[in-house]
Amino acid sequence: MSRSRNALALGLAALALLAATGVAAQTPARHGIGRAATAAEIRGWDIDVRGDDGLGLPPGKGTVEQGEKLYLQQCASCHGEFGEGNGRWPELMGGHGSLTSEDPRRTIGSFWPYAPGVFDYVRRTMPFTAPQSLSDDETYAIVAYMLNINDLLPAGAELDAAKLRAIRMPNRDGFLQGDPRPDVVAKGEPCMTNCRKEPVRVTSDLARKLGVTPNNRGN
Amino acid sequence: MNDDPREVERPTPPPARPSTTGRRGFLARGGLVAAAASAPGLAFGKDENLPPNVPEWTKSLGPGVTASPYGAPSPFEKTVVRRHVEWLTATEQSSINFTPLHELHGIVTPSGLCFERHHGGVPEIDPAQHRLIVHGMVDRPLIFTMDDIVRFPSVSRIHFLECPANGGMEWKGAQMDGVQFTHGMVHCCEWTGVRLSTLLAEAGVKPEAKWLLAEGADAAAMTRSIPIDKALDDCIVCYAQNGERIRPENGYPLRLMVPGWEGNVQIKWLRRVKLGDRPWHHREETSKYTDLMPDGKARQFTFMMEANSVVTSPCPEKPMKHGKGFHEIRGLAWSGRGRIKRVDVSVDGGNTWKAAELQEPVLSKCLTRFRLPWSWDGGPAFVQSRAIDETGYVQPTIDQLRAVRGVNSVYHKNAIHTWRVNSDGTVNNVQIT
Repeated sequence: MSRSRNALALGLAALALLAATGVAAQTPARHGIGRAATAAEIRGWDIDVRGDDGLGLPPGKGTVEQGEKLYLQQCASCHGEFGEGNGRWPELMGGHGSLTSEDPRRTIGSFWPYAPGVFDYVRRTMPFTAPQSLSDDETYAIVAYMLNINDLLPAGAELDAAKLRAIRMPNRDGFLQGDPRPDVVAKGEPCMTNCRKEPVRVTSDLARKLGVTPNNRGN
Repeated sequence: MNDDPREVERPTPPPARPSTTGRRGFLARGGLVAAAASAPGLAFGKDENLPPNVPEWTKSLGPGVTASPYGAPSPFEKTVVRRHVEWLTATEQSSINFTPLHELHGIVTPSGLCFERHHGGVPEIDPAQHRLIVHGMVDRPLIFTMDDIVRFPSVSRIHFLECPANGGMEWKGAQMDGVQFTHGMVHCCEWTGVRLSTLLAEAGVKPEAKWLLAEGADAAAMTRSIPIDKALDDCIVCYAQNGERIRPENGYPLRLMVPGWEGNVQIKWLRRVKLGDRPWHHREETSKYTDLMPDGKARQFTFMMEANSVVTSPCPEKPMKHGKGFHEIRGLAWSGRGRIKRVDVSVDGGNTWKAAELQEPVLSKCLTRFRLPWSWDGGPAFVQSRAIDETGYVQPTIDQLRAVRGVNSVYHKNAIHTWRVNSDGTVNNVQIT
């Protein structure tokens, strides 16, 4: 009813414009295209959980032990029985104190700033070959196990939305939005002649010797 | 009786052949020729189609207009393909392949050669069953069909898209001996769609909305948070790429373009846009796509793809086989901040630079082709390019980058790149100081 009234109003407005300007190009603020999304439609897809405050966490709960069982069935083949990783598949635990080392290990325990973000990621993408197949209770349980292997939740603990929000991740303050420190100073008119003070020195010449480049020369 | 030679009846042409090139197709056409070819003592080698001989393709008909309803490159171009690096990732479904930049000309990347990065494989989406929902902090949550999206006022733009991990394998040293692998996580296409601002106006963004979450319909349900200012500035919800509907691997039927920003935020298979008052801090903007600094702090939301450039000829895949003499140095430059203003080229490792010619049109947030004639003396050379964009940003050296960011930040490596031309004409990836 209101849609047809809107359409009528738009039509009249269009007529008025035509009368005034001929075949004027019209860019209405709204085009009347698409329809209202129903609450049920939105609910089916509205799966995001905000990392920092857990907005969007669903009701439900799960224990570390339930999570361990599910993890061994559905996750361990890629991530290892204790989250230690497997080949190029990501490790999920450990890495504390490694972020300033030569080989930083960015795990849930060492790097992730917010615990609810783990829930969001597991629910939307895992297990890798069957994403969005875990129930909310199962997701809480698996996240509980993830936190347990990172010494952030004791054995026997049960996790729900409130407890997940309350967990403070070790690297919570490890991220900078708008680093106040300067980046590369890359302004000003660059030098065009006699720019080098020293002759060229090759600092890295391994590429041709490493043998890790796929053959793309057509031979 | 008709004496006009133009009217002379010709025999009916043979049916189209499945293959028109190569010896097999040629030999299949006539036993006589086949017999001649196999006769001993008859020179019938690789030069058979060179003058003064008349080439086989001149002496017979090719296939007709029904043979190839959707065209493909010549079979002789079969090595011009995307390639992946097997040891880089655990699985092909969450992996990357690389654009063969050394084989490209001009600024537009053919759709089938655009590098792919996806985190849960390529979904096969029926466009009739695809929907985009816009909700959250809006006056009217809306749902759109593909027909709805296409009905909106449209816009076309040519933009580059670059994975922020482009060059990421080179932070600690020269590793990949080919431009396809050092710089191939970039492509440049014409994109057509509806401005995101148009869709947002349709839903009515509430004043408190400062960010939005874009989400894909793939098995990774990829999400990234984007500030509302950028969303309203130049983002496009795209359904077409290089004149046709988007290729599956690039987001069919609908993807987000966020011009000049890192590729990962340009969500493919876009199904949902949710408005909110701050970012979501999801996995791909905390655990990944953040830049770890030497002090252990990670820079977050470093969206901008700063000015970058690379020489694509010569390069390891395109050595100087011709020996000394003329060589047109060719390459590509781009900047997420706008237009490329100038590209300087050096053949002596950065002691002397010359401004290259820029091929028009030079477009904002778009690959720009540069070229410079060079007379190679046959000796060793260190070939580099240095891009300067319209904001005055000058592409840094690898030393400058490392001095600030160390070697573990993975992303946003846009250093001046060095190819060493050896006296034998081969070319290698090296780093110099």
